[in-house]
Amino acid sequence: MSAHPPSGKSADVPGVAKPSSPAASAARVELSAHVREEIDHWVAKFPPTRQRSAVIGALHAAQHENHGFLTPEIMTAVAEYLSLPPIQVFEVASFYSMFETKPVGRHSVSICTNISCMLRGADQIVAQVEKKLGIKTGQSTPDGKFYLKQEEECLAACCGAPMLMIDHVYHENLTPESVGAVLDAVKD
Amino acid sequence: MAERRFNLVCFETLQFPNEPWSLDNYRKIGGYQSWERVLKGELTRDAIIDEMKKAGIRGRGGAGFPTGVKMSFMPRTAPMQKYLVCNSDESEPGTCHDRDILRYNPHALVEGLALESYAIGATVAYNYIRGEFMAEPIPRFEAALKETYAAGLLGKNVRGSGIDMDIHTFIGAGAYICGEETALLESLEGKQGKPRFKPPFPAAYGVYGAPTTINNTQSVASIPTILRKGGQWFADLGVKGSGGTAIFSVSGHVEKPGNYELPLGLPFPELLEIAGGMRGGRKLKAVIPGGSSCPVVPAEKMMTLTMDFDTIKAAGSGLGTGATIVMDETTCMVSVLRRLARFYYAESCGQCTPCREGTGWLYRVLTRITQGQGTKADLDMLVDVANKIEGHTICALGDAAAWPVQSFLKHFRHEFEYMVEHKGRSIVEMLPSVAA
Repeated sequence: MSAHPPSGKSADVPGVAKPSSPAASAARVELSAHVREEIDHWVAKFPPTRQRSAVIGALHAAQHENHGFLTPEIMTAVAEYLSLPPIQVFEVASFYSMFETKPVGRHSVSICTNISCMLRGADQIVAQVEKKLGIKTGQSTPDGKFYLKQEEECLAACCGAPMLMIDHVYHENLTPESVGAVLDAVKD
Repeated sequence: MAERRFNLVCFETLQFPNEPWSLDNYRKIGGYQSWERVLKGELTRDAIIDEMKKAGIRGRGGAGFPTGVKMSFMPRTAPMQKYLVCNSDESEPGTCHDRDILRYNPHALVEGLALESYAIGATVAYNYIRGEFMAEPIPRFEAALKETYAAGLLGKNVRGSGIDMDIHTFIGAGAYICGEETALLESLEGKQGKPRFKPPFPAAYGVYGAPTTINNTQSVASIPTILRKGGQWFADLGVKGSGGTAIFSVSGHVEKPGNYELPLGLPFPELLEIAGGMRGGRKLKAVIPGGSSCPVVPAEKMMTLTMDFDTIKAAGSGLGTGATIVMDETTCMVSVLRRLARFYYAESCGQCTPCREGTGWLYRVLTRITQGQGTKADLDMLVDVANKIEGHTICALGDAAAWPVQSFLKHFRHEFEYMVEHKGRSIVEMLPSVAA
């Protein structure tokens, strides 16, 4: 989420569609009924005229429906639906680490490497996962199934270290031997 | 142990092996009794705040500010909307107890939010939960809210009391900085999580510019027990200056890492024993006693300390969130510090130059040391950069980035020197006996 992440994200992620071309970016997308319903649910939590508070909830819903990443068209549609300037949506999407603004694999894998996990062998978990998926951290698999995210934060499961998160589900007390089965259990 | 001293407050429902998070189980420990007293007009705002002050509870989010005193800052009779915001954006490295409160005793938090909102004159509370908790802790909290509404304990004019009380879940999206209270407010307003200048403090100008109190999850979840059993009962569990119990997240090189809810003032060696002792019987090297932002304490000193705010502060560190990160003799302190420096670099929001630029310097200099390209001058430079960040930023993230650097170099400088002299080799690999 920093203005200058320690390692730049690869602009060209293998296995997933290239970012839309300028011609495509002019195309409008419509938010689905489900996403609109989700956004309405968020807006209802805040006082009248404070719909900007719903931006994060809206982006979660829209990203989920788009299988894990946001496009400029989707963010613009969210802004229009919330009656906000598009920049107010773009700047949120680029600030928070859970939002992907480039195409990535469908299943997001975050390995915690922060201090408590590091002390209990997170580096070996990273090595094992990179080997099994055949990609480096920050990349997606060629079939577009997995995205191995560069997780900077501590995921607050320090007493179950080392751990990783796949699509928000925590898997704790991992070993290099056990982590493979966790990945194998992910469907499609 | 003659007396029961585990799980007396936030983890009390853990005595029920089956669904400790249910409303039924929470009722069994006296849950919602205090809130019902409020609804019947038997418990006043002043009585709640007095009891909280008597309890001597200090904020469990890291800063340790007295919770009851914070509550009294609110202009609670001002004729405007006021808010309570709970900080469940748990992300201080080493800290994982709020996740377990949300998972195992969410009703304590719901009741705490209702009680505190009433005490400060708020009718709306937001619980800001980190986005990564989406699969388990958030649904648990949401389910508890739903049960409470269904039981007629929340909503408009609750049970004909004339009291309105609505609680909403807010979900974050991955940003350590949003644990800082004013960054959290910005995020709640749908903006980038960039901390605000203080003053004005949130009690005067909080979310949407309205008076707001922000408390940590564990602090809020402690309120129902304190009101049920009394502030004095709670205070007496702890020691002077650190009332009550705290949940210690013990992680790292111990046999049984875990969240242990125990009285404050517990000697560290006892806590270590409760966590199963050192993994593999190895020797203790150092402890970070309050989450990664607190200065590191060498083993010898740590073994003489008790786990309370004043003692840990006097030892040059901080109790912080109660996250106790234990490191054994095989730990390379240079590598650990480099990992922490990377974290603060990645998580700096970027609005203050000393932090935005300085955290990058710290990470790059530490990286070149681990790659064998460091010089002796780099060690002084690290401390110099840290000193120039500390105290020169809007929020405490800058200090949090500086303190580990200053303390690691103060106590373990020989490890950094060794690495510089030996082209990136760690003393713990080359000379394990000296390093320990």
